Amino acid sequence: MSLAKRIIPCLDVDNGRVVKGVKFVEIRDAGDPVENARRYNLEGADELTFLDITASSDNRDTMVHVVEDVAREVFIPLTVGGGIRELSDIRRMLNAGADKVSINTAAVFNPEFVAEAADRFGSQCIVVAVDAKRVSEPGEAGRWQIFTHGGRKPTGIDVLEWVARMDAYGAGEILLTSMDRDGTRIGFDNELTRQVSEAVRVPVIASGGVGNLKHLADGILEGKADAVLAASIFHFGEFRISEAKAFMRSQGVEVRDD
Amino acid sequence: MQTIAVVDYGMGNLRSVVNALQVVCDKGDQVILTSDPQQLLDAERIVFPGQGAAGDCMRAIDEYGLREAITVAAAGRPFLGICMGMQVLIDYSEENQGTDCLGIFRGQVKYFGDGHSDPSGVKLKVPHMGWNRVMQTAAHPLWRSIEDGSRFYFVHSYYLEVEDPGLVAATTDYGIRFTSAIARDNVFALQCHPEKSADTGLQLLRNFVNWDGQP
Repeated sequence: MSLAKRIIPCLDVDNGRVVKGVKFVEIRDAGDPVENARRYNLEGADELTFLDITASSDNRDTMVHVVEDVAREVFIPLTVGGGIRELSDIRRMLNAGADKVSINTAAVFNPEFVAEAADRFGSQCIVVAVDAKRVSEPGEAGRWQIFTHGGRKPTGIDVLEWVARMDAYGAGEILLTSMDRDGTRIGFDNELTRQVSEAVRVPVIASGGVGNLKHLADGILEGKADAVLAASIFHFGEFRISEAKAFMRSQGVEVRDD
Repeated sequence: MQTIAVVDYGMGNLRSVVNALQVVCDKGDQVILTSDPQQLLDAERIVFPGQGAAGDCMRAIDEYGLREAITVAAAGRPFLGICMGMQVLIDYSEENQGTDCLGIFRGQVKYFGDGHSDPSGVKLKVPHMGWNRVMQTAAHPLWRSIEDGSRFYFVHSYYLEVEDPGLVAATTDYGIRFTSAIARDNVFALQCHPEKSADTGLQLLRNFVNWDGQP
């Protein structure tokens, strides 16, 4: 193998400002998306994901400008998620300089949207974000369902069936978040990640629950993920991307370091 | 002072290509995004990017009336093909139940396959997505200041197989060893995305904008 496993920092953007911003001494303005992106790029991030958490849809244009500004200066793949509901949303983000968009709720309510999007823009730019929650009892074989509304609403959709369907519809990648682990800092749900990774042909990004560097390596080694996404451990300056890569390399994970 | 034309035929994110070229070219240079065949023919350098499916790309090239201009440009001035912009330079692609391409080079574009695996039998994901090593198999001005084996960003499900081994400028391993860059005379083309490959990719683009078109 020579394809590197990817480390992807995720930045939440509210009204054009990064929230929970990086506390790097080098950064003068912790809320500036361009400064954050530049910093992560210098440290060796393999891609960047921006999640638009702006509540009001009136301010969606702000995100387009964020993407334009970042894409002018930072030359690694950029994914944008949050509020992607129509083909026109995708076109605007791609035209602004995004390489991929991540589709979450809109896929659950209208699965055909993923097929249309992949058909129109190509699978390479369509990431399907899956929020999964374990519904099996302890001791039972693992079963997970898709949840919406930040993990509050069950949909009754089985995760493994769903990801296989999204793969067949032309998703180019799956961004898998364990809603049980999100925010807990106890590590990814590696059993979930492995089962999803084995159920699809396309790459899987593990997300939700990272609290230390070992968790990142475990997501690859135990979860069989192709990439790992994390927010808080990088933002708060606890760990640098370069440290994460050095640790993963020590565990036998191939990473980009040149 | 020169004009670098990026061919726009409606396929994919070309903004990044333009942005990256603007970072590496001289202040007086002009980077234009154009679908106009005449503007292509007037430019000193051509960048031919592309994303999506081969069938759509070929249809778009013909709808925009760009086939001849691309072929003429590829015959005489520094020309850089990127990703799908490399694949469609070949005779034929397996994609979309078979697609005839521009036929500037002899060869075929093939699918990695659903059961793609590495030599030890581990399943490999398709598309091949992420940072992989580009092994330089021939010296070329576009490799200047780029270490052999440097990683570039890839995203593709099909790969190139050229008839003439003398065309191959780089290979990459992903289950198989495939051709990740080709070069002949004034044409250089690569499977990966230099515009998304951080400093290494910018160096390649810098080499391109300064290249005299001689191998």
